Amino acid sequence: MSLIVVMAALTNYSTFPWRSRWLDFWRGVKGLLKSFFEWFGDLGFFCGRVARAAVSAPFEGSELIRQMDAIGAKSLPLVALAGAATGVVLSLQTRDSLARFGAKALLPAIIAFSLIKESGPVITGLVVSGRVGAGIGAELGSMKVTDQIDAIEVGAVNPYRFLAATRVLACILMLPLLTLAADACGILSGWVSSTLTESITLRHFLASGMKDVRFNDFLPPTFKTAAFGLIIGLVSCFQGMRTQGGTKGVGRSATSSVVLSSLFIILADVVLVRVIQVFFPS
Amino acid sequence: MANNPKLIESAPPIAAQRLCKSFGEHIVLNGIDLAVARNETLVVLGRSGTGKSVLLKLIVGLQQPNSGSIRIHGQEIAGVEMDELSTVRKKIGFLFQQAALYDSMTVGDNVEFSLLRHTKLSEGERKTRVGELLAGVGMDGEQGKMPSDLSGGMQKRVGLARALALDPDILLFDEPTSGLDPITSCEVIQLIVKLKTERKLTSVVVTHDVHGARLFADRVVLLREGSVVVDGTFDQLVKSQDPFVIQFLRDAA
Repeated sequence: MSLIVVMAALTNYSTFPWRSRWLDFWRGVKGLLKSFFEWFGDLGFFCGRVARAAVSAPFEGSELIRQMDAIGAKSLPLVALAGAATGVVLSLQTRDSLARFGAKALLPAIIAFSLIKESGPVITGLVVSGRVGAGIGAELGSMKVTDQIDAIEVGAVNPYRFLAATRVLACILMLPLLTLAADACGILSGWVSSTLTESITLRHFLASGMKDVRFNDFLPPTFKTAAFGLIIGLVSCFQGMRTQGGTKGVGRSATSSVVLSSLFIILADVVLVRVIQVFFPS
Repeated sequence: MANNPKLIESAPPIAAQRLCKSFGEHIVLNGIDLAVARNETLVVLGRSGTGKSVLLKLIVGLQQPNSGSIRIHGQEIAGVEMDELSTVRKKIGFLFQQAALYDSMTVGDNVEFSLLRHTKLSEGERKTRVGELLAGVGMDGEQGKMPSDLSGGMQKRVGLARALALDPDILLFDEPTSGLDPITSCEVIQLIVKLKTERKLTSVVVTHDVHGARLFADRVVLLREGSVVVDGTFDQLVKSQDPFVIQFLRDAA
């Protein structure tokens, strides 16, 4: 009996409902894979165009300075606040753990090292990707759906140079500076939090925290945020400049700019930490 | 540095041959041949979705054809890199359907945008030129306003001033009167007629507005499903016995 069912299944294979469900599933997977590779391919072409535009004349100096102000100076309060909050949390969380091991004297050094080597750069990258990534994605997306990007191109100005290269360069240049601000605010707030519990002078806190910080502890993690800036700039400009579908599309571009740039920052951090360990050992 | 091509001034301003454009399975333009003579105003009519706006975007290089050739002053632009199109684009002004003003810039900055990048005028000379361009479209004194403070008709006027900034010899209009009330539409049509007589421009106007076409067209092309149905004067269009033309003119009236 069961043999007959199997034979029937094989001979009438095309009429079985599970086959059409399987085909639908397979088509869905194929579609996803195709759009995934297409996205990376398009991003590759976009990066090539932006790189060519960035290194060829005419240079958009005044637009670059305007973007550095919009991306750097205007992100400073948010980044400083995020850095300060991280410093306080580090101080509160580590104090008890260190006290348990009788190593409370290490608190300033742990706050400083943690902020300089990892928390400061990553917090800055994520905060800027939220603020700037969404802004670039929405701004360029809105320009795209209202034909403003086409108008720039028709005006014999390369939009990859005027819109994308300036924003990407501004992100690369401003992220390390913002990271320094986040580190400084974090260490200061860490001191405030520490001194409220157990009085310690700022000079003593800094001397104790920074005395073992070397070149390799400080510069590579700070400058790795230039790579975060590259990611934020490229992904947000790419998502913005390929927007389709009116205001809904603009919303999608803003959201995807933040989500993708944050995700790529976290993934890039894993790689960069290892690279720094190899090339700049402590 | 981009290797900008030389334009041949004696060649026809616009010449398209066997132009095909499709999006996926949908064929928008199906082997169109089109030549626009110097100082001629060509009006492209047709129902929505017949490829009128796509034709304009192909002429200015915003989209690439699937096959065929487009020459601006003898220079092939199909498949040419963006920076290499710069010389050609300085010769072309484009008025977008929704004006497409840069909404983060003032009216003055919008008009000055191309002047700043493609001319060696001093700041004072640029300001004077912006004032002249805006005065030419009846918008003088509005330099400090933002595009969002302007009505649709005013935005079109500023868009036209911006399109004229580099003193082009080809002007492309994408639905210049769409979305405007009848009075503002008449004002924009009068402006196009004034430009035609004063500046001796070569123009291509894509429109649904048969009334406007009667006033400024030297030649009319009617598109249907990506092909040319009529190519002649406005009178020839009106006298056509083609059922599609009769239906189109009846619907447009």
